[in-house]
Amino acid sequence: MSVLNWLKRHLVVIAGLLTLGYLLLPNVIVTVFSFNKPKGRFNYQWQQFSTDAWKDPCGVADMCGSLSISLQIALWATIGATVLGTMIAFALVRYRFRARSTVNSLIFLPMAMPEVVMAASLLTLFLNLGAQLGFWTILIAHIMFCLSFVVVAVKARVMSMDPRLEQAAQDLYAGPAQTFLRVTLPIAAPGIAAGALLSFALSFDDFIITNFNAGSTVTFPMFVWGSAQRGTPVQINVIGTAMFLVAVLLVLSSMIIGNRRNKQKA
Amino acid sequence: MAAVTEAPPLAPAPETKPPRKRGRLVPYWLLLPGILWLIVFFALPMIYQASTSVQTGSLEEGYKVTWHFATYWDALSEYWPQFLRSVAYAAAATVLCLLLGYPLAYLIAFRAGRWRNLIMVLVIAPFFTSFLIRTLAWKTILADSGPVVSTLHTLHVLDVTNWLGWTSGDRVLATPLAVVCGLTYNFLPFMILPLYTSLERIDGRLHEAAGDLYAKPWTTFRKVTFPLSMPGVVSGTLLTFIPAAGDYVNAELLGSTDTRMIGNVIQTQFLRILDYPTAAALSFILMAAILLMVTIYIRKSGTEDLV
Repeated sequence: MSVLNWLKRHLVVIAGLLTLGYLLLPNVIVTVFSFNKPKGRFNYQWQQFSTDAWKDPCGVADMCGSLSISLQIALWATIGATVLGTMIAFALVRYRFRARSTVNSLIFLPMAMPEVVMAASLLTLFLNLGAQLGFWTILIAHIMFCLSFVVVAVKARVMSMDPRLEQAAQDLYAGPAQTFLRVTLPIAAPGIAAGALLSFALSFDDFIITNFNAGSTVTFPMFVWGSAQRGTPVQINVIGTAMFLVAVLLVLSSMIIGNRRNKQKA
Repeated sequence: MAAVTEAPPLAPAPETKPPRKRGRLVPYWLLLPGILWLIVFFALPMIYQASTSVQTGSLEEGYKVTWHFATYWDALSEYWPQFLRSVAYAAAATVLCLLLGYPLAYLIAFRAGRWRNLIMVLVIAPFFTSFLIRTLAWKTILADSGPVVSTLHTLHVLDVTNWLGWTSGDRVLATPLAVVCGLTYNFLPFMILPLYTSLERIDGRLHEAAGDLYAKPWTTFRKVTFPLSMPGVVSGTLLTFIPAAGDYVNAELLGSTDTRMIGNVIQTQFLRILDYPTAAALSFILMAAILLMVTIYIRKSGTEDLV
């Protein structure tokens, strides 16, 4: 009876942890199989322990090249989307202007559109214009779909900020540029950073839109997609594991820094 | 900067702040580059796509707008099973995401205590690893001779799912169940995060008050917690359903030719068969269906809340 009661009281916790397990299981598999030594071309069945792939992560033809293309695109897309998105976010929070609802829907719609629709329509545009598909068309597409997410992240931060801090700066004889650089920008920084981080992740991991508009350029997700047909090298799992570790470390360290700041404040 | 953030809180801000007068053109200059980008590379392509869908011709001779609306009819009559399948799979994945995601969001919001941050990291971190690699891992998990399939077989779960048509034979891979499982997995964080945001805003004292008024835990959940989390449920549902309906990665990697979704058809028509008008028409129909849903949603909640 007491066991039943305990189960009943902790039902939510048990169900929640099971979901967490469901979310993390693939990452565990990816990590474990990065130490596999598969027999055939595909790395889906456990054979024997080996650290070969970790010792030679770039041992597969074209993989590290695609990784470098993805990193370059993600970097430039992040910069582009963050700058354009931050400007829009400031305009939306700080100013009144016409066509506000049109602007809002134009920012909302890319987030509400299935990727395949954006991918297909963008391809019809590029085909009609006779544009050469490749690095630049991918970059254009990535900036387009990352922009909205930056606007949302920055807007949330700027909205919660006290406008009188800027007024105080101006009362203390700071010019508009000085006020912006020394007061506004530092306060908005966490929102901008969150938007930039999200852009980087979205761009680096994008497959559907990239696949339509890449021409013969191969990004890392496209390499993985291709290898799902031809044969999956263990090195893919090495990259996947490394990405997961970097992500955990990044998020953990940002949380620790945030906690420390909060404690200092209190 | 540090001095600013550490300043003691000022008196509460006045309710309405007057809009700034100086620099009437400033907002337009701030908006111009980004909005122009969205117009040229998001809105304009939609128009090009609409125009492509009513063109006829061939790759060699080029396409001309002939207002050939029959393409729509042909596309629908040929691919309606894939449309229906997309809606069914996406709906199933959305319901599963809600059922699986709610307990976890609830756990993070109310029961995690000092573990809250760690669990949040574990929910978000997979999001930053390539989703294609993680989807491929499901091939290993659901492998024919693997522990999952043999357990399901021993428990006679597979007999039930076979009878329902969700699986066939002794396998899970290459069946609808595998595709729905992959879709659920891929879009689960999009359900958990909005749910968590709306649950976290709920005042814990409301639960105590419900308990003081002799509500049992289940009644408290049904009458207090769940209604207050509705905004999260609605946006989580949209954020899961929309991308799931257009997805073709899970159907391609985990499914078979019998589980092809509309995204697969659009992809093949565009990139392999190069039948642009049909592909554009299909994509347009998908967009119209999704837009209809979103519009109904916006009518209810207003755009300002969404962006």
